Amino acid sequence: MYTIEVNNRHIQTKDGETILNACNRAGIKVPTLCHIEGLFPTGACRMCVVEVEGMDGLVPSCAWPVKEGMKVNTFSPKALKARKTIIELLLADHPDDCLYCVRNGDCELQGLAEELGVRQRRYSGKKSQYDIDSSSSAIFRDPAKCILCGKCVRVCEEIQGVSSIDFIERGCKTEIGTAFREGLNVSSCVNCGQCVIVCPTGALREKSNLKVVIDAINDPEKIVIAQHAPSISVTLGEEFGIKPGRDVVGIMTSALRKLGFDRVFDTSFSADLTILEEGSELVHRIKNGGVLPMMTSCSPGWIKFVEEFYPEYIPNLSSCKSPQNMLGAVIKSYYAEKENLDKKKIFNVGIMPCSAKKFEAERPEMNVDGLRDIDAVLTTRELARLIKMYGMSLHDMEPEIADNPFAERSSAGKLFGATGGVMEAAVRTAYYLLTGKELEGPKIKDLRGLDGLKVVYLQIGDLKIGVAAASGLGNAKKLLKEIKNGRNDIHFIEVMTCPGGCINGGGQPQAVNIDDVKARMKALYTIDRDAEIRTSHGNKYIQKLYKDYLGEPLSEKSHKILHTHYKKRDVLL
Amino acid sequence: MSKIVESVLSNYPNASRDSLIPILQDVQELDGFLSKDSVEAIGKYLRLPTSKIYGVATFYNQFRFSPVGQYHIEICRGTACHVKGSLPVLEEFQRQLNINPGETSKDGIFSLEVVACIGACGLAPAITINGEVYANVDIDDIKKIVKSYRRKVSENA
Repeated sequence: MYTIEVNNRHIQTKDGETILNACNRAGIKVPTLCHIEGLFPTGACRMCVVEVEGMDGLVPSCAWPVKEGMKVNTFSPKALKARKTIIELLLADHPDDCLYCVRNGDCELQGLAEELGVRQRRYSGKKSQYDIDSSSSAIFRDPAKCILCGKCVRVCEEIQGVSSIDFIERGCKTEIGTAFREGLNVSSCVNCGQCVIVCPTGALREKSNLKVVIDAINDPEKIVIAQHAPSISVTLGEEFGIKPGRDVVGIMTSALRKLGFDRVFDTSFSADLTILEEGSELVHRIKNGGVLPMMTSCSPGWIKFVEEFYPEYIPNLSSCKSPQNMLGAVIKSYYAEKENLDKKKIFNVGIMPCSAKKFEAERPEMNVDGLRDIDAVLTTRELARLIKMYGMSLHDMEPEIADNPFAERSSAGKLFGATGGVMEAAVRTAYYLLTGKELEGPKIKDLRGLDGLKVVYLQIGDLKIGVAAASGLGNAKKLLKEIKNGRNDIHFIEVMTCPGGCINGGGQPQAVNIDDVKARMKALYTIDRDAEIRTSHGNKYIQKLYKDYLGEPLSEKSHKILHTHYKKRDVLL
Repeated sequence: MSKIVESVLSNYPNASRDSLIPILQDVQELDGFLSKDSVEAIGKYLRLPTSKIYGVATFYNQFRFSPVGQYHIEICRGTACHVKGSLPVLEEFQRQLNINPGETSKDGIFSLEVVACIGACGLAPAITINGEVYANVDIDDIKKIVKSYRRKVSENA
């Protein structure tokens, strides 16, 4: 423990802590454009420079350890001038097209220019020219807006273990790119969008599907059906100034109807359906000596990751489609037939916390009888933009409930939004399938929380099974390595591509901190705590769907519309 | 894995990432350039992502990613040549050949490279084509030089 003085205030710091961390904990804001909490500092942007008494130059607070008695000034004239100059220099090679930029209003560069009072173009010169990369179905890259903070490179490498992008070239020619400057679509990029989440500017953003969705809504021929993923209702509010973690499901449903969607369904319903299929698949594999450990297939970034990096584990992936595509397929089969709708006129829109869902929707194998399961995907951010574009706000709406027959969901399905949630839901149902009894509790505490890797052993009847939940592909990679080296006490693995799960997905509101993610997570747990139906198999509409149409889990019909398969993908790794 | 990469890697048993640059140099020495396949094979061997290797390789001027052309043109951009106007010379070659330094023309005849001082300062601005030095290059000569090599190619064809 040290005591240091920051801006004439004494603060307590931890041993070996950086000045920036100490300041943050004490509620003293020091700006930074390149720092990622929890990762080793790079000191790339120099925005966090502060003045330390007795030192000649300014020091980067993100990379400077505290020392007993240190006297720090975070807003000395020298520090402020340095920061302002850095922003002015960054702007000198920036397109300066804020009014046309998707990040207008929540851009960190723009925000700092404003805070530091940049009011004139002090530096001007020839601006660098770059090619836009619009090849990916999920992520749009505009290197002209890049300030080379390196955050995208680091999440891709250090958190996700994918490394599809890096710094290329040198000096003033430096840019971020893939190996051999290939398009993101043919690179090893898994479309997770964590790079978009950390990008301080508009250099990385999702490939927008707003136009196709608006066109579909305005097409009188089309029946436009929205489905919202479990985590959307606890994050959308943030885009409208509502504090993180408030469940806005009712007003969101109301907003979707006002936007012109003909039906509004809850993807948590098909999360329940996934559990029935996946749970049965697990029981089948365990009883019949199938390939174990079985691995979940709901996170499309993870699927592409396995196809590229670990094709030998493709047989371990559950054959279940993701909840998004399951519901899409059920809508274009069962629902269309039941309601006498022309399947070809149905336009399925997934509202997802995820950029990789855009890629998943476009996968050729995701169809039923040649009709795509999902026609377009909007991220949480895009939905917020659409609501604002139509002049609406979430503040003045009456809550409504989703449409039947897919309105009812169990809270188990809702838990899909957080890491460990799929596993918790699956265990509740697997317990029932194997023993005929309901799991007591049924909360499984050890599967909850933001830990990147959680392993739990359970006694179900006379069967002892090990289950694991990994989030962040780097953590999944670690677990796979252990399994490769012979670890065999785990039967079922849930992998969420994004750290923390969908609540921290690549399509979620930007500029979040860990507390926001925790609040989102807590909201899902509260929904589960207060719910009447807490198991997927207890969902009456799921039971009805099986009775009326599918027969039973893993039936021939289920296989045709709810299951798929994957194959090895050749990309430069 | 190509035989060349295989033979290079066999000289680096138990190598780690700090051997990356020597390996890249050796492969380029033998193969003339760094192909996607080479980079991927080196990446697998050193457990490095290809994006990282490409990043390192593009950081240095010495690495190229396409095979050199039949005639490899090196433009000296050393201090003396710079003072004597090597930049307009470089730009004229780029215009005539429609390629940038480090690239090879689509027909495979010419490749262009920028090099630091070649020790011919008295002859500045100097260039070499397949090792043959051209002294006091005048912008107006460049068209003729390019043409003469094109003629050579068509005569040999």
